[in-house]
Amino acid sequence: MDLSTQETIKRLVDQHGAESLLVVLGAPDAESAGIAAETVVLGDPSWAGPLAGVQLGLPVYHVLEDELRAAVPAEVWEEQVGLMLDVLEVDDIADAVREFREQAST
Amino acid sequence: MPEAAVIRAVSLVLAHTPGLARLGSKPARTLPADAELTRSFLAHLRSFDDAVGYPAHQAFLGSCHPRELPPRPWVGTSMAGAQRFAPFGELMPEDEFLGLMAAVDEFDLLVLTPEVAERAAKKLAEHPLAAHLDLARVSAAAGDVDAALASGALPVHLAPDCLAGALRGAHEEDESLVAHILLENLACKATGTLALLRLLQDHGVDPAGIGYTISCSEEAVGDRYQRGGGNMGKTIAAVAGLTESSGADVKNFCAAPIPALVIAASLVVAGVFEQVVVLAGGSQPKLGMKFEGHLRHGLPVLEDVLGGVAVLVTADDGISPRIRLDAVGRHRVSSGGSGAQILHDLTVQPLEAIGARMCDVDDYATELHNPEITEPQGSGDVAARNYRTIAALAVRRKEITRDEIGSFVAQRGMPGYAPTQGHLASAVCYLPHALTRLTTGPADRVLLLAKGSLFLGRMSQRSDGMSILLQRNGG
Repeated sequence: MDLSTQETIKRLVDQHGAESLLVVLGAPDAESAGIAAETVVLGDPSWAGPLAGVQLGLPVYHVLEDELRAAVPAEVWEEQVGLMLDVLEVDDIADAVREFREQAST
Repeated sequence: MPEAAVIRAVSLVLAHTPGLARLGSKPARTLPADAELTRSFLAHLRSFDDAVGYPAHQAFLGSCHPRELPPRPWVGTSMAGAQRFAPFGELMPEDEFLGLMAAVDEFDLLVLTPEVAERAAKKLAEHPLAAHLDLARVSAAAGDVDAALASGALPVHLAPDCLAGALRGAHEEDESLVAHILLENLACKATGTLALLRLLQDHGVDPAGIGYTISCSEEAVGDRYQRGGGNMGKTIAAVAGLTESSGADVKNFCAAPIPALVIAASLVVAGVFEQVVVLAGGSQPKLGMKFEGHLRHGLPVLEDVLGGVAVLVTADDGISPRIRLDAVGRHRVSSGGSGAQILHDLTVQPLEAIGARMCDVDDYATELHNPEITEPQGSGDVAARNYRTIAALAVRRKEITRDEIGSFVAQRGMPGYAPTQGHLASAVCYLPHALTRLTTGPADRVLLLAKGSLFLGRMSQRSDGMSILLQRNGG
């Protein structure tokens, strides 16, 4: 996750509190989705950005996961991201994100 | 007025510039603070022979079609019979390229060590384009590099670490004319000039027949009162001897070549000019952009080449592929910003406008960034993602089934093979392949699409995109 995005997330947590926030990812593959999820749960794994060593423990989902789909009006979801079900490896992405989400909730 | 505009000829060039890679935007900001990283960077620069043999470069220069590339990895391999001079153009070595920059430097910005200047002048004198180069200017660039550096000039190296020259700033108070900006622009001018000279020579084009020259390069020429004001188009036209040409620049981040082609074709069909050149030089700031990912994976610094392209757009000659101006796709303001919606605007919409189906297009050329460059830094395989999205749109339109996505991509797509010189990777690098496929090859339609990231400039949250459909003449 790039440094300015990390900075923005850190600022939002400071402003609103971690309990008020949920992170939605749009990463196109399991590796980058996993890294982004790890960053907002356990901290920046590259130790290069503002979230290095910062365990925010934020709840994190990928936009293609079922939980998100259920929370969005069907026609909006279909228009905005539905096509990506045929494009991306959704199961792999969901597994990568879930791994870190579960660590946030334990 | 002509009924249609055609693309008559295209040239592509690369310049292998590993010594300039340390001056790319990312390395220039990262390396000075880290001696160990600098050592590793310099130790991972490629040789010229490695750059020539690199299969993706040979596909770029036309030795093979991208679909004929061997399976990856390409790093560490060399294409059999690879040559510097290839069907679409050439890959110029760095010492010659420094000489070329000196040859097109009209303001004595670049000073070279006497040894480098002499070597560059000698090698360029044997170059097929030597008659068109100002070799006296190369020799005259020889000078006191240490003195230039002492007065604040930017050191310029031949790889891996040999001081070869210095680039002077042009104005102490003007941030648009500092040395590193002028280096970007001079490198862009040199690669654009090389591409245009190749176009003229390789395709027998009369330079006096060109009425207008449009640059779609990414760099910004200007001063503090008009940063990015231009005009690289006429600049390069003048160097290449297009005596009857005027010119201007079209800007749209990586997408710029497609609107430039649409504008050029429109000028031709409207009867304003009979022949228009669209060209672009390379992007020096993007050298070494993803080097940290490459070093992390034990790869060489793969972003070590500058690219250039020159395209000749003319009135219909009855042979060359036609530009379908009735099927220009554009990412509209009213469209959403999702990847699927952008690609819908750039593929489905223009094809529907002429009653064509997605499967009527033989080749789709999209952002063709080489995944071997992008994946190690976490950017994924951009081309593959675009192709799967285009195929998914075909599924939605019930032209293919979901099970046929893979074959659609294999048949009508291709592996990314272009260096991450954004504007060249964004489809225009496929143009010479498209010309071959649409004339002597079996293809009838090729669609080129490009996207530009407007949000990078912090003036708009939007992106943009445009597509152009080429059709076999008489088809």
